[in-house]
Amino acid sequence: MAIDLVNKMETMTGGKALMIALEKEGVKEIFGIPGGANLPMYDELSKCNIRHILARHEQSAAHMADGFGRVSRKPGVCFATSGPGATNILTGIATAQADSSPMVAVTGQVPVAMIGRDAFQESDIMGMANPVVKYAFQPRLPGEIPEAVRKGFYIAQTGRPGPVLIDVPKDVQVNEAEMTFPDEFKIRGYHPWTDPDVTAVGKAIDMLLAAEKPVILSGGGTIISSAFAELQVIAELLMIPVVTTFKGKGSFPENHPLSLGPIGMHGHAEANKIMTEADCVLAIGTRFSDRSVGTFEEFERRLKIIHMDVDPAEIGKNQTSTVAVVGDVKASLRIMIKMLAQKAIKKTEETVWLKHVKETKAYWKENLKIHPGEMGAAKILRKLRELLPHQSIVTTEVGQHQMWASLFFDVIQPGTFFSSTGLGTMGWGFPASIGAKIAKPDVTVVDIAGDGSFSMTENSLATAVLEDIPVIVFILNNFSLGMVAQWQRIFYGRRMIGVDQKNCPDYVKLAQAYGAQGIRAQSMDELDRAIKTALGNDIVTVIDIIIDPEEDVLPFVAPGTSLKEMVLPS
Amino acid sequence: MWAILSILVENKPGILFKVTHLFRSKNFNIDSISVGVTENPELSRMTITTYGDEKQIAQIVKQLDKMIDTVEVRQLDEHKTIYRELCIFKIKLSNANDSMEINKLANAYGAKIHDVKKNSIMVELTATPDQIKAFEELARPFGILDVARTGVAALQRSGA
Repeated sequence: MAIDLVNKMETMTGGKALMIALEKEGVKEIFGIPGGANLPMYDELSKCNIRHILARHEQSAAHMADGFGRVSRKPGVCFATSGPGATNILTGIATAQADSSPMVAVTGQVPVAMIGRDAFQESDIMGMANPVVKYAFQPRLPGEIPEAVRKGFYIAQTGRPGPVLIDVPKDVQVNEAEMTFPDEFKIRGYHPWTDPDVTAVGKAIDMLLAAEKPVILSGGGTIISSAFAELQVIAELLMIPVVTTFKGKGSFPENHPLSLGPIGMHGHAEANKIMTEADCVLAIGTRFSDRSVGTFEEFERRLKIIHMDVDPAEIGKNQTSTVAVVGDVKASLRIMIKMLAQKAIKKTEETVWLKHVKETKAYWKENLKIHPGEMGAAKILRKLRELLPHQSIVTTEVGQHQMWASLFFDVIQPGTFFSSTGLGTMGWGFPASIGAKIAKPDVTVVDIAGDGSFSMTENSLATAVLEDIPVIVFILNNFSLGMVAQWQRIFYGRRMIGVDQKNCPDYVKLAQAYGAQGIRAQSMDELDRAIKTALGNDIVTVIDIIIDPEEDVLPFVAPGTSLKEMVLPS
Repeated sequence: MWAILSILVENKPGILFKVTHLFRSKNFNIDSISVGVTENPELSRMTITTYGDEKQIAQIVKQLDKMIDTVEVRQLDEHKTIYRELCIFKIKLSNANDSMEINKLANAYGAKIHDVKKNSIMVELTATPDQIKAFEELARPFGILDVARTGVAALQRSGA
């Protein structure tokens, strides 16, 4: 033991220790941008086997790490320098926090002795990041780095995942210390896993069996926990229809007879309808966001709620539950399956409720009005679904296209759809798709985009092209900030301001300027060819699809109203 | 409802900031706060008093518990808890009798007299917030020049 310990001790710089610690965590890629205060760690990065992927903005570097993290379910790593580098990365960190995505962000900081003196490129990133990180470390001595990395990775990916910041002053990167790389460590106040309460699961089963109109609401937690098979088994055993939150979209195959799709502000009409009629909901890994449930008071009225979540603080935050099961949702669902098996419960007879659910679904499939034009959003996204292999990964930007994707792009293989759902960060989808492609290089990755959102991080084209990360950007281009325009049309008497982007830039030429492939599609034939061309070769491709700027996303539940007050296309 | 929260935290820089920031970001209020190191130098105890309905208090406790730097979070039952606050009043002396009257009042509350001057007197009172409030009401007619309060410190009784 003593000899072992001696062997482990080695004198080295903090920067080198950082790289060794990252390698020990299995890090293969780092997304980032170097600058004055993180040069020493970059110097060590140049000497090790980790690949550096240069972003063109720190926010994008963080989104790349976020996309990587969501797909691989291991923390994505991003680097930024101090000051503006650190403040730029904040939006990406906050996005990861809002969507419980595992990430380790490493920032450079001014030397310890300069902290607090308003030094050049100094920002109090520890203070600024506090409310948007799961945890933050600022090693003040080089010897503290290995443990900060070890603990940081552990915290980022256990329990409810989230971003961890490690802020390393420049002198701490440069100075030497005797390093030990701990395998074991203790965090007194952190207990990420709770064993699910079996009695509560039993009660949940009784409630579901007693309910006349049960529904399952599956959230992002199902995807994070990868509990797809468990969810499907329970839905099928109990013959309960499944709706999802937007973040939970695709946690259940959307072509399954029991699937109704996402509820919420831009949920499927049939999902919102059935959700408001239900008398009991099994809510899995969801925080009942206002965008999903509408007004909190109206949602929980008449409804018995069974809430499964890994985060005890989510129980009772937005909704009062009748039964709560705290723990990893996959573990909780497995207990439920076991208990159902012991009781030999397997429903085979179609209830009045289920018949009604199926009729409702069929009705809306038949009767939901979509844009009549050739290049309506529904037709475009259905065409993409038709041509895109089911295992492909889809990210989205934020805006109308995102909600159209929610409505019209069915996710068939669970866990292949990712979006900035909590913070709603425009510009997320494209860099996130780059991170996703790094995590799963063998599958096609498509960013469903709008022109407004894409323009916020479009310079990530440089990263995709130079690093040869062939993703497809699928722009539904209405030459405007479409969602804002829609709200101005509906809520502000068509007083349009600040939404017209005109045809600037030309996205085909823009793609070409970066060395990517740019294809314009103005008809269904052109779109068909464009998608096939993009899928047919491994080149970064931007498909610029011209759509009607007046097309609204409908159905629509206005903010501050209940799911019952859904506005339908007229 | 008024609640006393006893929070054991890592004794590291920045923790007070994180705890108070949590209250701010989650839209909770801090009524009083006191912090001090425990018998274990690695840990500090924060005592925070706050107002909210039952649901809100439960949510505060959960959010505090979720913080990685908090080791233990408890809502204390005030009937099973010793809780005190130290308060120093500077009170105006206008008449010849005032000094004596304030002395009597201080005695009744078990408070100590300090810094007796011609025009003012200081009273140190350790009591519950309610008692402090009552004392303050009685002292007000004399003219209260200044007040400093520590916030509540609290520990649950043994076996409670």
